[in-house]
Amino acid sequence: MSSKRTVQFKIYRYDPDRDDKPYMQDISVELEESDKKLLDALVRLKAKDDSLSFRRSCREGVCGSDAMNINGKNGLACLTSIDELPQPITLRPLPGLPVIRDVIVDMTQFFKQYHSIKPYLVNNDPAPERERLQSPEDREELNGLYECILCACCSTSCPSFWWNPDKFVGPAGLLAAYRFLADTRDQATTERLDNLEDPYRLFRCHSIMNCVDVCPKNLNPTKAIGKIKDMMVRRAV
Amino acid sequence: MEFWQFHPTGVAGAGVLITEGVRGEGGILRNSSGERFMERYAPNLKDLASRDVVSRSMVTEINEGRGCGTEKDHVLLDITHLSPENIMKRLPGIREISIQFAGVDPIKAPIPVVPTCHYQMGGIPTNYKGQVVVPKDGNSNVPVPGFYAAGECACASVHGANRLGTNSLLDLLVFGKSAGETVVADFESGQLTLKPLPDDAADVSLARIARLESQTNGVEVNDVRLDMQRTMQKHAGVFRFADMLKEGVTKIMEVAERAKYTQIKDKSKVWNTARTEALELDNLIEVAKATMVSAEARKESRGAHVRDDAIDCAETPNGRDDKNWLKHTLWFSEGNRLDYKPVNLQPMSADVEPIALAKRTY
Repeated sequence: MSSKRTVQFKIYRYDPDRDDKPYMQDISVELEESDKKLLDALVRLKAKDDSLSFRRSCREGVCGSDAMNINGKNGLACLTSIDELPQPITLRPLPGLPVIRDVIVDMTQFFKQYHSIKPYLVNNDPAPERERLQSPEDREELNGLYECILCACCSTSCPSFWWNPDKFVGPAGLLAAYRFLADTRDQATTERLDNLEDPYRLFRCHSIMNCVDVCPKNLNPTKAIGKIKDMMVRRAV
Repeated sequence: MEFWQFHPTGVAGAGVLITEGVRGEGGILRNSSGERFMERYAPNLKDLASRDVVSRSMVTEINEGRGCGTEKDHVLLDITHLSPENIMKRLPGIREISIQFAGVDPIKAPIPVVPTCHYQMGGIPTNYKGQVVVPKDGNSNVPVPGFYAAGECACASVHGANRLGTNSLLDLLVFGKSAGETVVADFESGQLTLKPLPDDAADVSLARIARLESQTNGVEVNDVRLDMQRTMQKHAGVFRFADMLKEGVTKIMEVAERAKYTQIKDKSKVWNTARTEALELDNLIEVAKATMVSAEARKESRGAHVRDDAIDCAETPNGRDDKNWLKHTLWFSEGNRLDYKPVNLQPMSADVEPIALAKRTY
């Protein structure tokens, strides 16, 4: 198990202020027994070389900021156990988004798609005195949808999103879209479906299922997308 | 600024929080002999006693040698008596955290936990409208025009020296909304008289960055931060001791002095997280100084601030000295100066009676 050990890394490095082009850096770090997650190792690496740049915040899989490509698969550094990773551990930025520096990517396009599906409850009834209640059964429909932390692991592992990041909403955005389509309190079902009825926005999903494979919260965007497609078909017949 | 809440149940070693809800659902804290020790400390509320009480009880168990694990440095949070269906349905996130960070499936085995530093009751003093208030001409709560604060950085003084779980929602939803409405109302009123910004307004910030850029033979940001963390944990933790606080003030000033000479190697102008961390450290040092100096000065126990030299007797129940210390501490960065202001115990609604001060029992 964990003990004092040296771990080898290969890390994508690029600082536009200094480098002409990106390169892979070979670097190793000695870990303490208490270092269990990849993020612990990255913090040790940064103490050694403070120019190594990555995002991090909550260190418990809630903020979603330390998403990166780890040995070829997208994941969160804070939820990935170091000892389970073959070495050298290869770290790259999330694929398909512009690199700002090292493993930090520009998430603008990802959030643009997310905002495009109106990720909030639309209900035009006058605000009630108390909460808008749901039955436990209705609430159950939202399980597996609301837990998304917007880390972008799924969308940046999706070939359809790589090809059309400006036109295809992507798995994260579509999961959020279904979260509101499935919400009994939401009144914008028609508008939401209209918004997705397009050769690209929804239908570029070809059920490749990379999103399901990488989601650090074990969610299933493909299933949610299938349900939106069902709704589209049902309202057409 | 001396009042800090330690959340009782952080995953041992990782610090990740296990929600209060686990004890709400029937979770039990146990020591090395499997005893439900909270029965001794809080016979009525047991595991559901206030956070500060549970945290102190846990630390007492550990300090007295009844901790668990090879280092006897934590206690156990047990929900193995709950049905797996109930755990999966009511506490799925907690099960995930426990498996991830403690390597323990709480359906089968108890979760190792320790109290972890969680929330500061103090902050930038505000009124209920989110306006920052300062003492001026004998009035202790004069709003500073155009200066607002809300959330954990603010102190609207509803928490007092302690805080109940979920009260952060009060800070965010009630005072956040209130502060937002005040900002709009103040600016729309046209009555706001703001002083013109001096020409050198940016100089202080620029000087901080310039200092970092040119620092040579300095100290590592990481080393200073670790020193600060260890000093605070040792000298201003769950339990506080008169001599340790005194020594803590000297020590944190030494750490603060070193923080003036932090050095970064990364000088890039693109997304420089080394620089961000160095600047953040300066801010953390301010909070650490405020905490230690205020805590050393408050010669009583109150809420989350518990001193060994405060006597529990009829005049000072639980060591709380209302005669001399029923007051807020105000800390000023310049010269580490302290001032005090009275506590408002009067509800804003005339028809609500104030709650009388009484000894805390659980």
